[in-house]
Amino acid sequence: MTQVAKPVAEADRLVTVEHLRHLYDRGLVLDDVTLYLGEGEIVGLLGRSGCGKSTLLRVIAGLMPASAGDVLLDGHPVHGPAEGVAMVFQSFALFPWLTVLENVELGLEAQRVAPDERRKRALAAIDLIGLDGFESAYPKELSGGMRQRVGLARALVVQPKILLMDEPFSALDVLTADTLRTDLLDLWLEGRMPTRSILIVTHNIEEAVFMCDRILVLSSVPGRVVAEVKVELPHPRNRIDPAFRALVDDIYVRMTAREAVTPAKEGAFPGAGIAMVLPRVSSNALSGLMETLAAPPFGGKADLPLLAQQLHMEVDDLFPIAEMLQLLRFAELYEGDIRLTKAGHRFVEAGVDQRKALFAKHVVAHVPLAAQIKRILDERPSHRAPMLRFKDELEDHMGEVEADRTLRGVISLARYAELFAYDEPSGTFSLENPA
Amino acid sequence: MIFPAPSDLRAVSVSVSASRAWPNRYDIIVFAVLAAAAVAIFHGARGMGSPLTNLDLTPVSLNPANLPNYALRTTLRMFAAIAASLVFTFVVGALASKSSKAELVIIPALDILQSVPVLGFLTFTVVFFMGLFPGSQLGAELAAIFAIFTSQAWNMAFSFYQSLATVPRDLDEACRHFRLSPWLRFWRLEAPFATPGLVWNTMMSMSGGWFFVVASEAITVGDTKVKLAGIGSYLALAIEQRDIGAVGAAVVAMAIVIFIYDQLIFRPVVAWADKFRCEVTAAQTRPRSWAYDIIRRTHLLKRLVAIATRVRDVLPRMLVFAPGWARSWPPPLRIGRLGRVGDRLWLGIVLVVTAWSLWTIVAYVGTTLGLKDLTEAGGAGLLTMLRVLVLIAVASLIWVPIGVWIGLRPWAAERVQPIAQFLAAFPANVLFPFFVVGIAAWNLSPNVWLSPLMVLGTQWYILFNVIAGASAFPTDLREAATIYRLRSWQWWRQVILPGIFPYYVTGALTASGGSWNASIVAEVASWGNTKLEATGLGAYIANATDAGDFHRVVLGIGVMSFFVLLINRVLWRPLYAYAERKLRLD
Repeated sequence: MTQVAKPVAEADRLVTVEHLRHLYDRGLVLDDVTLYLGEGEIVGLLGRSGCGKSTLLRVIAGLMPASAGDVLLDGHPVHGPAEGVAMVFQSFALFPWLTVLENVELGLEAQRVAPDERRKRALAAIDLIGLDGFESAYPKELSGGMRQRVGLARALVVQPKILLMDEPFSALDVLTADTLRTDLLDLWLEGRMPTRSILIVTHNIEEAVFMCDRILVLSSVPGRVVAEVKVELPHPRNRIDPAFRALVDDIYVRMTAREAVTPAKEGAFPGAGIAMVLPRVSSNALSGLMETLAAPPFGGKADLPLLAQQLHMEVDDLFPIAEMLQLLRFAELYEGDIRLTKAGHRFVEAGVDQRKALFAKHVVAHVPLAAQIKRILDERPSHRAPMLRFKDELEDHMGEVEADRTLRGVISLARYAELFAYDEPSGTFSLENPA
Repeated sequence: MIFPAPSDLRAVSVSVSASRAWPNRYDIIVFAVLAAAAVAIFHGARGMGSPLTNLDLTPVSLNPANLPNYALRTTLRMFAAIAASLVFTFVVGALASKSSKAELVIIPALDILQSVPVLGFLTFTVVFFMGLFPGSQLGAELAAIFAIFTSQAWNMAFSFYQSLATVPRDLDEACRHFRLSPWLRFWRLEAPFATPGLVWNTMMSMSGGWFFVVASEAITVGDTKVKLAGIGSYLALAIEQRDIGAVGAAVVAMAIVIFIYDQLIFRPVVAWADKFRCEVTAAQTRPRSWAYDIIRRTHLLKRLVAIATRVRDVLPRMLVFAPGWARSWPPPLRIGRLGRVGDRLWLGIVLVVTAWSLWTIVAYVGTTLGLKDLTEAGGAGLLTMLRVLVLIAVASLIWVPIGVWIGLRPWAAERVQPIAQFLAAFPANVLFPFFVVGIAAWNLSPNVWLSPLMVLGTQWYILFNVIAGASAFPTDLREAATIYRLRSWQWWRQVILPGIFPYYVTGALTASGGSWNASIVAEVASWGNTKLEATGLGAYIANATDAGDFHRVVLGIGVMSFFVLLINRVLWRPLYAYAERKLRLD
């Protein structure tokens, strides 16, 4: 059922990406990405936020140049936005001062299509996508789902060979997103779209399995293609079909078991020692997840996809929390499961003060940056240190944005653990306890 | 929602431990600067009270060595005026938001006062203040300060009123839930919430103020001629004596002064005010100031803030012995509803007083002037209006494309924005002599070539509003335009022009108002004995002021106010409403 895809004949490759690397702000965002888009397939780019999948899509779209590597469209290198490529945006990107019809006509007008022809084709696209009657409405009068339909009509009206979709359904509620997915699949399967290949960027595993013929799993910071999963279930796919579930589980495992791909280190986060890039996770979420895990029906151990479903969380929300617990040795992740450690159980059973003490111990022991800040504050007679000092040091190892996020993450941990204080207006760490 | 409590104020309630009470190196820097400022203020203020005859004994001279002293005197006037404007703002702005009766009078009054050409006031205020302090310079000083004040106070008070009126509902409810006293509520909620808007408006007022401080130092009203020591008088003398080198020196002195006050006062204030912004998401770039970084590291500041906090906390307790109205100041929301009868009575009184005032003005003007004068002033007004509209259009054609280009490139915007702000603060009238020399030398028509002087100082509002608009243009819309390959005219028409329009209207409105004001200085210009004059309402008022013809001055100001209000109501307000309704990016 899942297997590594057989190579598609060169001639059927509409888009080829070879050895793509992209650096942004001193950080490596994409590292040696190689992929292709074949004739008649829907390909999913699956990865967590910040893995560079949107950057990859923009490079393919010709919206930004990559630092190194090639993007070929029909065998020709891409320089700038090319004809035959259309894009659907997560935020819809509709012009609020244009009506639905004007928004859809936009691309045709740019191609200098005559007004009559333009109108005819735009109305046909509006009809196809189920927007009849809304031609003269302004985007702000429409619901999110209808807005994204306008985005789709605007893309399809230029008759693109390749359709790029950047998290097209993630700004919609569950029901609306589902309807839109099904409608799009119907158009695609019935051959009513001029498009020959679709590339969807998503962080939603179920969405990828539901829609795609082939799924490329990207790792985080830097983005690399770490797995390729072929989905050969017949359409319409059923989410509660055991085969469907097994595939989702399989991808969960591949997304958590990244130690096999990257060299083994203290945790799941890129970088080592104080250079470890940390997410900003609230201490409430950490203790909340531990409590959920300890309570029935889980009893200390849970299947990640099941847990995500139960908590109504997407991988983007759940993974950082789970991985932070793993870093702090309160939980272990393996093969798509999460299990509380002994320390994790102790934490759940403890009272507020004991929890804080235990948490502090684990933060100092397992988050090198927190330990270093604490040590320096202890050593200095004034027990104060400017935040910029640490930020500069971090920026030797990572981009400014990651450095900032990492520091915020550590501050959040330290505040809960009452390890040290941080005064935002003056940007200084101190041992002062405001209480 | 983050409660925008001033965290600095809270921080000091922790007692400063003995070891850290000693002055640190930052204290020494700040102390040195403060000491220097105190000496300068003392020196400058002493000059203000000296007898008027001193001006004749030590007249303004073109010796560049005097420039630092002149610059100091000019700056002191400026700060005296801004202090007065702040006091006015806190009293009047708060009053308007707390009492519906005061609101009924104050808001329309502010709206009209914003549109009145303030330079026209000089005529009356000079006579009035000199009468208050006969034989002392103080009268003339106060007249100059008052002129600057009238150019600054209205928009500041307006901004403060608007902030108080739009305090977020949840914070307001929290305050009421915890039964904060009006005093506490003011310090905990209203003042912090209003701070960012007020700081921004104070900066705009300062920029405008420099223009008037230069214009109001060398005052000639009929036979009364006063030249107060200052850069404005220095400039006037340089023009009289046709000394282009001295004009250059004045430009340099002005640039230095503005640079210093910008770095030492406004950057720190803006950096400080940033923490009061009521937003949950952090802004991408925080305003930074090296001076603020130094100041906040001093122990002196902590001491001062501690004292201020004590005063804030103790004051209401002392007021227990004060009369009831003072104890409840600032009053809670919406006091003094008298019911419908009372409201109508109040409205009636206001209407009667307004009608009576209007009648007084008409009667005063009517004693010597007739319908012929009104049509003359009206005709001149039309000419000036034509100038303003054409100039705004030309300035827009130039600055909108440039502003868009800059705004879409963050690296460029970052570099250009401070320069544009500096240029906006620079009093354009200091540059007038260069133009006048050119016009006289090439024998150009003053009717055409004096006009650009009107937008010289105000065009920057268009530029930096367009830059702000283009910078804020959403990335996804830009990407959509790129991917569907929108180019040339279609791109301007459907993408960027609608996107920046709301910002552009704000800039053009400000520029237009400023240009009307500037016309009083710009339509009549001289260089030694050469006098250039353009036909227009600005020249009408300026000539009437020179001749001491109060009736014509009042008529001119009245007509100009009418035109400004008319353009605002007929052109800018509808454009603004259109932009709000149709072009909002939300």
